[in-house]
Amino acid sequence: MSTALRASVADRRLLPEGRLAGPMPWVIAIMTFLTVLAAGAGLALGNAASGLGDQLAGKLTIQIVEPNPDSRDRQTRTVLAELAQLGSVAQATRVDEARMRELLSPWLGQDGLDPDLPVPSLIDVSLRANDARLISELTATVKAIAPSARVDAHAQWLGPLQGLLSTLRWLSVALVALMAATMAAAVVLAARTALVTHRSTIDIMHLMGATDVQVARLFQRRAALDALFGSLLGCVCGALVVFGVGGRIANVGAALLDKGGLGWTGWLVIALLPIAAVLLSIITARLTVVRALARML
Amino acid sequence: MSNIVQFENVGLRYGTGAETLSDLSFSLSRGAFYFLTGPSGAGKTSLLKLLYLAQRPSRGQIRMFGENLVAAPRGRLPAFRRRIGVVFQDFRLVQHLSAFDNVALPLRVAGTDEREIAAPVREMLAWVGLQDRADARPATLSGGEQQRVAIARAVIGRPDLLVADEPTGNVDPEMAQRLLHLFDGLNRLGTTVVVATHDLHLLSRVGTAQMMRLDRGRLSDPTGALKYPPLSEDT
Repeated sequence: MSTALRASVADRRLLPEGRLAGPMPWVIAIMTFLTVLAAGAGLALGNAASGLGDQLAGKLTIQIVEPNPDSRDRQTRTVLAELAQLGSVAQATRVDEARMRELLSPWLGQDGLDPDLPVPSLIDVSLRANDARLISELTATVKAIAPSARVDAHAQWLGPLQGLLSTLRWLSVALVALMAATMAAAVVLAARTALVTHRSTIDIMHLMGATDVQVARLFQRRAALDALFGSLLGCVCGALVVFGVGGRIANVGAALLDKGGLGWTGWLVIALLPIAAVLLSIITARLTVVRALARML
Repeated sequence: MSNIVQFENVGLRYGTGAETLSDLSFSLSRGAFYFLTGPSGAGKTSLLKLLYLAQRPSRGQIRMFGENLVAAPRGRLPAFRRRIGVVFQDFRLVQHLSAFDNVALPLRVAGTDEREIAAPVREMLAWVGLQDRADARPATLSGGEQQRVAIARAVIGRPDLLVADEPTGNVDPEMAQRLLHLFDGLNRLGTTVVVATHDLHLLSRVGTAQMMRLDRGRLSDPTGALKYPPLSEDT
């Protein structure tokens, strides 16, 4: 990048337009702004999907559904004892009575919690590994003790949501790629227009022995400066929006969104976007100009 | 004296039209001075374009500086072009650059250190009488002044071959004389000079000059200057 930006004062004068004279810096600013939004969304969704995956991986709930309280209690204790013997189980905890009442109170109310009401007993289980085979084995073990028991893997409930988050993340990646392609196309158009505008100067330089690379360097520098200004402006504006939206999401306090922040790696990626935009502009301008010059003698 | 340029059966055709230049076979000696004459439309500018490598021939062979330029890859042409100074009939100055920067352009293209540019450029501008117009843009210069800037630009790099298309067409007789002296002086330093002109009076002003005449795209050699058939010595 430094080579593209390095040019003598005299070389800079060879292309006469002043800086920010054309629409390119502003087009790049808009593209970068949108890219930062898409990248921010993609990174946040990626983190959310990953966090959700971590939360759900290997987590199960066993419901012992038995109307007879004594029988239910006996089955629950037997299941807990059996689970304690399984090497694949990291932790198995019975959800206590108070917690059950707390969970049911929104539906039944405090007055509706009759002690005679046959409420299933719940066991929260954490497996050492998120393996479908282990879940099947555990389910078989539980069913052997309590045939009416239900084993619910948490991933099964929230798996579709995780899939949606993953799809949205890939959509963001595709949007970033599309923005990059559009930015490259804009640079190609700008470089071609500049070539036409400066054709007479280029012809003279060629006849004096300028190489294609020498000529291309002038256009590269121009493209790099346009991209640097535009991408910095777009990145700062985009980052402010991402930061603001992130703050609003944090205020919602939803458990699912808690893990959806960018983190320092996400902010680093966003900070690198202007550099990527400048490099993309330099490379695109160079290839465009060199290819066009190759058609001249 | 060795040859710097050698044409063998060279023809030039633009598009699908008739040949502008036909069957050109000649050699130019290193350090010689040539006038290229002929009526308008005879092909003088086309021949000069071949000499300053703005055009490749449609057929035939061109050797310059010891290399076959027809077969040379495009990437090798810039190095040869830096050894050629050109004065265009329409000057072709870069309009947004000052006279100083126009004259300095060949040195900058050649990668000359910026600290070594100012002195020779100012000296050359003084030589063509434009020391006070160094900062002027071409649009503010008269035709004659622009032509002198173009000439200064062509000779600043001490080229091995100087090609000039009607270089005195827009200057007064006194300035024409001075410019011819400049070309003559450069020629004495070893530069081969080819000047295309309608002005037959110029021919008598350079004692050592030889004449090439083009007529309807074909070359005649009234003074026997062109060493045709080409000499066998290596160009």
